[in-house]
Amino acid sequence: MVWTLVLRGLVVGAVAGLLAGAFAFVIGEPRVQDAIDIEEAASAHASLIPVIPAHISDWVVSRDEQRFGLFLATGLYGLAVGGVFGVLFATLRGRGRARTDYELAVRLAGALFLALVLVPFLKYPANPPAVGNPDTIGDRTAYYLVLLVGSALAMLAAARVAWAVPDGAVPWKRPLLAGGTFVVLVAVLMLALPAVHEIPADFPAQLIWEFRLSSLGTQAVLWTVLGVGYGIASYRAAQPRVAAQRA
Amino acid sequence: MDPISAQQPIPVRQLLPALLVTTLLALLVYLVQFDQGALSQSGTFLHELMHDGRHLLGVPCH
Ligand SMILES: [Zn+2]
Repeated sequence: MVWTLVLRGLVVGAVAGLLAGAFAFVIGEPRVQDAIDIEEAASAHASLIPVIPAHISDWVVSRDEQRFGLFLATGLYGLAVGGVFGVLFATLRGRGRARTDYELAVRLAGALFLALVLVPFLKYPANPPAVGNPDTIGDRTAYYLVLLVGSALAMLAAARVAWAVPDGAVPWKRPLLAGGTFVVLVAVLMLALPAVHEIPADFPAQLIWEFRLSSLGTQAVLWTVLGVGYGIASYRAAQPRVAAQRA
Repeated sequence: MDPISAQQPIPVRQLLPALLVTTLLALLVYLVQFDQGALSQSGTFLHELMHDGRHLLGVPCH
């Protein structure tokens, strides 16, 4: 049973990752290239200042290979995330408030997208190449991970609050209590973590905006396909058994 | 229509081996998002190959 659920997560996750990769390739990749062009031009200018190494041009992997590597990255990421999703699904099944596998899959994906993608994105949004200061990458990664883990824990706390509310309660009680728990915990975390302001003054604002939307869209495609796909697969897997029971 | 309404929780004992898998999968996420050759032993080849994916998945890269 457990392994069926984990395997389902791996398969659906890999498909979700590849579809997210297709979205990122069509919508996001042109923005990455624009940003790299800006970065190259800037480092050509600043070649007398040795602080910032020319980033992309020194690399052994060509740009074309990196475009292919995009699918490798999103595919592997989707596979891994899908497997973890399957383990979580197996753990939560029958323990939370969701009444069907489909409902559980979609809610779980929504909760994870909110906690693992949207919250970190709001404070530390995705940046195209040429935006970050290479000296602060360690700090920025640490802030991002602290917010990610904290947000996941806040979601866990909110879920526990939601499960503690009985099914007979007034309909707004559960969402308000659980949502309130999540929002307050995340707000405290966000206010406590340092701000990062590193976008160069002359970097095109339009490009930042479009890149960030395409990044958020990439994650949205992945989590939507994962949640809905996993839910459909679970629903269909349960069908023959139901038919056999009725017969 | 509602085949799972009587879902039985999977016993924790059966879930434990899956935690091992989770650890491996977490390493895979690390490999995609942060590894610079320490884990993959491929130098920075994989790191560079998956560069655009890292940016578009929203991970701090550079
Ligand atoms: Zn980068």
